[in-house]
Amino acid sequence: MSDQISMDSIVVRLAGDSGDGVQLMGSQFIASTALSGKDFATFPDFPAEIRAPVGTTFGVSAYQMNIGVSPITTAGDAPDVLVAFNPAALKVSLPLLSSGALLIVNNDSFTARNLTKAGYAEDPRDTGELDSYQLVPADIGRLNLEAVKPFGLSKSDGGRCKNFWALGLLMWMFDCDLLPIEDWIRQKFARKEVVRDANLAALHSGHAFGETAELSEAIPRFKIRTADLPAGEYRGITGAEALSLGLAAAGELADRPVLFCSYPITPASPLLHRLSRLGELGVGTFQAEDEIAAICAAIGASYGGVIGVTSSSGPGIALKTEAMGLAVNAELPLVIVNSQRGGPSTGLPTKTEQSDLYQAVYGRNADTPIPVIAARSPGDCFFVAIEAVRIALRHMTPVLLLSDGYLSNAAEPWRIPDMDDIEPIEVNAAPGPDDTRDAQSLAFERNAETQGRPWITPGMPELMHRLGGLEKDIDTGHISYDAANHQRMTDMRAAKVESVARFIPPQTMELGPQEGELLVIGWGSTYGSIFQAVRKIRKTHSDVSYTHLRHLFPLPENLGGLLGNFNQLLVPEMNMGQLSTVLRDQLGADPTPFCKVTGQPFLISELAEKMESMLPPVVVAACKPVAKGEAR
Amino acid sequence: MSTVLSAKDFATSQEVRWCPGCGDYAILKTMTKTLAELGARPESTAFISGIGCASRFPYYVETYGFHTIHGRAPAIATGLKLANPDIDVWVVTGDGDGLSIGGNHLLHALRRNVGLKILLFNNEIYGLTKGQYSPTSRRGTRSPSSPGGSVDAPLSPGEFALGAGAKFFARAIDTDKAGLGDVLKEAHAFEGAALVEIFQNCIVYNEDVFADFTDRKNAAEKQLRLKHGKPMLFGADNEKGIRFNPDDFSLEVIDARSVPEQVLRHDERNKVVAHLLVELAKPVALGVIYKCPGDSFEKSWYAARKSGLKRSSSVADALRSTNTWTVT
Repeated sequence: MSDQISMDSIVVRLAGDSGDGVQLMGSQFIASTALSGKDFATFPDFPAEIRAPVGTTFGVSAYQMNIGVSPITTAGDAPDVLVAFNPAALKVSLPLLSSGALLIVNNDSFTARNLTKAGYAEDPRDTGELDSYQLVPADIGRLNLEAVKPFGLSKSDGGRCKNFWALGLLMWMFDCDLLPIEDWIRQKFARKEVVRDANLAALHSGHAFGETAELSEAIPRFKIRTADLPAGEYRGITGAEALSLGLAAAGELADRPVLFCSYPITPASPLLHRLSRLGELGVGTFQAEDEIAAICAAIGASYGGVIGVTSSSGPGIALKTEAMGLAVNAELPLVIVNSQRGGPSTGLPTKTEQSDLYQAVYGRNADTPIPVIAARSPGDCFFVAIEAVRIALRHMTPVLLLSDGYLSNAAEPWRIPDMDDIEPIEVNAAPGPDDTRDAQSLAFERNAETQGRPWITPGMPELMHRLGGLEKDIDTGHISYDAANHQRMTDMRAAKVESVARFIPPQTMELGPQEGELLVIGWGSTYGSIFQAVRKIRKTHSDVSYTHLRHLFPLPENLGGLLGNFNQLLVPEMNMGQLSTVLRDQLGADPTPFCKVTGQPFLISELAEKMESMLPPVVVAACKPVAKGEAR
Repeated sequence: MSTVLSAKDFATSQEVRWCPGCGDYAILKTMTKTLAELGARPESTAFISGIGCASRFPYYVETYGFHTIHGRAPAIATGLKLANPDIDVWVVTGDGDGLSIGGNHLLHALRRNVGLKILLFNNEIYGLTKGQYSPTSRRGTRSPSSPGGSVDAPLSPGEFALGAGAKFFARAIDTDKAGLGDVLKEAHAFEGAALVEIFQNCIVYNEDVFADFTDRKNAAEKQLRLKHGKPMLFGADNEKGIRFNPDDFSLEVIDARSVPEQVLRHDERNKVVAHLLVELAKPVALGVIYKCPGDSFEKSWYAARKSGLKRSSSVADALRSTNTWTVT
């Protein structure tokens, strides 16, 4: 057996056809490394087509993961290990790899036909272009078929087991316990005995290949140090899981049911799927006929005393806009989740972007302010969901919650919170039956601090009232076309959203001092990359700080002061500078935007490079001239 | 709380603001009277409307009321019905609101059989926006947006409803207190989605568009008042009847006195005849045209859930319903 290589962290990328089971293989591998106490972050990267043409570069589905000692906050810039199921997967992944990376390629797939489909004129294994990598050719296809032969599966069905074969090999390389995966296979395929047994056989065959094959001298084994995570009970979680559980938790904390109304759209659908299985937690789901019906049904649910939630991605959110205005005008609670994707229009449904911030903050007709909050990591989605419901119920307002495709699908280890540590959510109680005042005005008697009105719902005796989208008198709640009243109501709606800022904790630094040379300001799913990049830069520049926003509208009250403590501000975003605009608009700040819209998360290296370009060089002798146009 | 309420108890303090002579007044009056007769509880009743003249309706009924956005009332009402199935939910819509901008929602509310009582005020015109032709306007309707006459083929609410899979479709005339009242009660008693088309006279933009059959002097000859199990008779002395013609699969008028045995008896569960009845122009069929009882959407939705919308398990447990590990 070869010696183990000890490492703090390692980046592994699995790539194959979208039908190769790469996503399943990745998530199972991560589940077992997590159980062995390692920190991790993942990045599933898959095409929009369900089954894109086999063997093509645009049909490649990949799952990248970074495993090791905490804090692991990104899926890693450059993979150290690549498992490529076909030439196209190799071709797409090669430019990403770190030098000297280990390449495990499925030999059987390197046929003339597949090479042509991937756009290779010659076999890259023969041209020398892989010389700088550690190539491990394995006959994955053939060895897998041999392993599953006793079960009498057809060639194509048997071939589908090859992801488990490769998983077995990985498990050997990383010295993982096979038991959890075996259990999972037995459970998952309990009703398909042949498939179950074939997958188990494939898994064991891959594992044995690592252990016994003559080649094993060439296959390194890795010993990744166990993560130094804070003590507690952990589980793995994706953003979609955390957001679903967070919405259910909010219902429990408010002691109200949740009705989640949605229309299928990528990449938001996983939320609908997850919540459809949380009925026991007092969550109902309704698959509406379209995006507009989805938000309208959620509004109807809120009107009926249940926490109404709708969810979509940018194009669907656009369709919901008019109804958001109704919820604002009717002063009803509502949570609108936007799992952002690349746009405009249909854009890049499976790729991630943060380009719906303008839409969230500014994107409605009339003066229609809505609080906007965003999640930073898969686990954070849980707490952000609770926060969104808390704001919605306290202020009786719709709340926009921004997530994105990357967060939805990415996974991380997550310390399970104690529900008793989370403050219950208070509901604005309806007046008692003894209150003899006019119900129409009682329904709109707002709390002076929050502008939230009582949540009066059909079924409550003696509180019948009418509400709607027409402007109403600020006191009586009756329809009013009075000019001065409209001004007062518009002011009230603005004051309501501004008042949210008084209930949120002051903005704090993730890294670095309260004042200094450069402050990096992030929001949403870029947290992991920015965190690592600033951590790296701070080794040489201690006057660089990092803050990450959860509340985007209104902004935390102390944010303006914090920004003023730094000579330079940098806002990295996966859009063309939208948070920069909001900071300029709301706080008169003058940040430098750093924008990327490639559908891929920021690399730590590119962020670090950008920061370096804004800072004085560390070692004068090694100073490179700053590229024109990059200096600030 | 068990006091007996009268029609007046269902009126709000708001001044009713429809045009003088508008058919909506008559509908409102019959509605409040019907609510009183049904013994409806104001706190358990909600009127949900979209946008249009008809959609002002909730402001004038002393129950819960929600005046929403154009075309979306069925979707909002669906959410309310799921949140609280005990509420009697009435949806008030019009031909533009329900069949044009909101056609999709009406279609799906009917197909799902959500327990909504949907009143479609059909006046074949856009009133609130000042008189443009609507999806039910007849070809050639001259309006500000069709000065040379509209060229669109009109939509038949009845055919739409049956095509969408509606389980209840009825028709009434705005000023016909008895006929409308009966239909509203039938709709109320129906468990699923009940669509009631009300021929409503817009006296400003489309006056007397239905007068051909709604005028009292024409009523006997032009209206076929349907009663389940009763023969389909009309005319001043019920001398005319409706017969099914098997040669061309149509309904035709016959002399009921000479061949009484050939007169069809109305079977409100017969969808084939319902299709023919909604197409019948002379006479126009009124009353409950089609009714097929069955479980409402919300009933099935709740039946599929072990504990309704109640919590039967804790989030703390759900958070741990996967592989967990402990870091010490």
